[in-house]
Amino acid sequence: MRTYIIRRVAQMIPVFLGIMFILFLLLQLAPGGPSNMLMDPRMTVEQKEELAEKYGENKPFYEKFFNWIVDAAQGNFGNSITHKKPVTAVINDFIGNTFLLSSLSLLVGLLIGVPLGIVSATRQYSAVDYAATVFALIGVSLPAFFFALLLLKAFAVDLALFPIFGLADPLLRKADWLTRTLDKAHHLVLPVTVLGMTQAASFMRYTRSSMLEVIRQDYVRTARAKGLKEKVVIYKHAFRNAMIPIITLLGFSIPGLLSGALMTETIFSLPGLGKASVEAVSQRNFPLVLGINAMLSIVTLFAALIADLLYAAADPRIRYD
Amino acid sequence: MSTRTDIVNRRLLKKDKNVESFWANVFKQFKRNKLAVVSTYIVLAIVLACIIVPMVSPYSLEQTDTANRAQAPSRSHWLGTDNIGRDLFTRLFIGGRISLGIALAVVTLECIIGIVLGTLAGYYGGIVDGIIMRISDIFLCFPFLIICIVIVSIFSSGPATLILTLSILSWPSIARIVRAQILSLRELEYMEACEALGISDFKRMFRHLLPNVMAYIIVYATLGIAATILTETSLSFLGLGIRFPIPTWGNLIQPARELVVIQKYWWYWMPSGIAIFLTVMCCNIIGDALRDAVDPKMKR
Repeated sequence: MRTYIIRRVAQMIPVFLGIMFILFLLLQLAPGGPSNMLMDPRMTVEQKEELAEKYGENKPFYEKFFNWIVDAAQGNFGNSITHKKPVTAVINDFIGNTFLLSSLSLLVGLLIGVPLGIVSATRQYSAVDYAATVFALIGVSLPAFFFALLLLKAFAVDLALFPIFGLADPLLRKADWLTRTLDKAHHLVLPVTVLGMTQAASFMRYTRSSMLEVIRQDYVRTARAKGLKEKVVIYKHAFRNAMIPIITLLGFSIPGLLSGALMTETIFSLPGLGKASVEAVSQRNFPLVLGINAMLSIVTLFAALIADLLYAAADPRIRYD
Repeated sequence: MSTRTDIVNRRLLKKDKNVESFWANVFKQFKRNKLAVVSTYIVLAIVLACIIVPMVSPYSLEQTDTANRAQAPSRSHWLGTDNIGRDLFTRLFIGGRISLGIALAVVTLECIIGIVLGTLAGYYGGIVDGIIMRISDIFLCFPFLIICIVIVSIFSSGPATLILTLSILSWPSIARIVRAQILSLRELEYMEACEALGISDFKRMFRHLLPNVMAYIIVYATLGIAATILTETSLSFLGLGIRFPIPTWGNLIQPARELVVIQKYWWYWMPSGIAIFLTVMCCNIIGDALRDAVDPKMKR
């Protein structure tokens, strides 16, 4: 097991370097660098040169890439140009909200999607099944941003039940902790609904098809034949095996979840990594772009590894040696 | 495994009138799914409308009419006009041309790259397989949205850039499907027959192996169209995909980022959203039905 994990982590390194290399190449091809955004039209040519020198723009491409890798390996991702702070500190400021939004949505998705999938599979072709299938089909087909706009129109504008954007009411800045937390939760209802529903729809579809496959197996028939209660058959015998593909899906849904979170943040103007990266790219703040990408890639790579390990934990037939 | 041998057997027996060909069987299965048949007609109607409406419409894309600004839907403007008096019904279908065209182009390009690389990886195995699969790992782990943002905001935001970006970022999935199929097909007896007959590698891959994977590719492509429409419109809505003056279903919804539009002018943004939803849902239904027809084991 340990050698397996070590081997997998070692395999991640070339993939990670590949991702960063391609990104570096793209940024290299971009017209204008960080110094352009800071340049003043009154600057002399020498001053401009000096500025470009300061951000290492005159160095050859491979040297920049190599330096970045060496620094990053030591945990130094450089300074964010617009924030005048280390990249790691800027990411730290924004990641909390992104994490909150994506983990709450994942939770909502699992809590709605998985039970719905089970009920739908155990009562195939019933009215409940049709309703759940239609719900899932709508969930995967409705564009998240359009869904967000419909929710905004209905609940934030017409009924005025929820705030329209942001994460905190500026008037409550000095309020006590409980009021601020409740205010944050109030702001998060619509974004979590949007992201959670798309997650729920895909979990429902996978749980349903996985359950349907398992329910037809002989051992489930045996369990029924020996007179076990239907509940025990479904939840103890069938569900456990049906969960195996769902666990894998969980690992692979992390990149999609993060992309969805960035998108949802942008629509509801929540201060998170999505907003930070859109700004970073438009301001040519390359150290921050690289830092955010490096972090997202590492999360994605480790999510895939954890999915594989959980897969082995859930299914004793699988052994990694 | 047995279904795959069946496919091969059926293909060999095609000349026999009493044996139904694989595709005839798929078509028959597909027709049984009434919802999928209706969806096919809806998609065809949408595609036709996108082609025909801009040609016969009395209004053009950029023709403004300041006297009739921000009009609600009426008999002369079926979906109303926007804030500078452009006819939104015409714009909706021109936007549809772009959105559907991009989706088709992306899926075609993505399938070509994915099929070629997947076939090579599956057929040759070994080091070729290793290299292609590692490259696909890199592309699968790319933070999709941020890369799109980087490319689109750094380079131009034209359709060509977006098509290239989306297809380069999404070929690994189809390559993996093709590779997995080729890996198992390669071991069948008819490949040994190819070997004995001295058929070239190229012909073996693209004439003898690939047609047996085609069904899976078509299923993937149908679902891929739906996914690409969603991605493109989302990016365009955020101003990170196609930008004005080229309209797409995504950026036509952009005015709704202003609160007053959400509040008062539903006809600015709702029709495009419904068009995306309807098209994507129909493609998903067709894709699911095709999958059930192609692979009876997957039948839900």
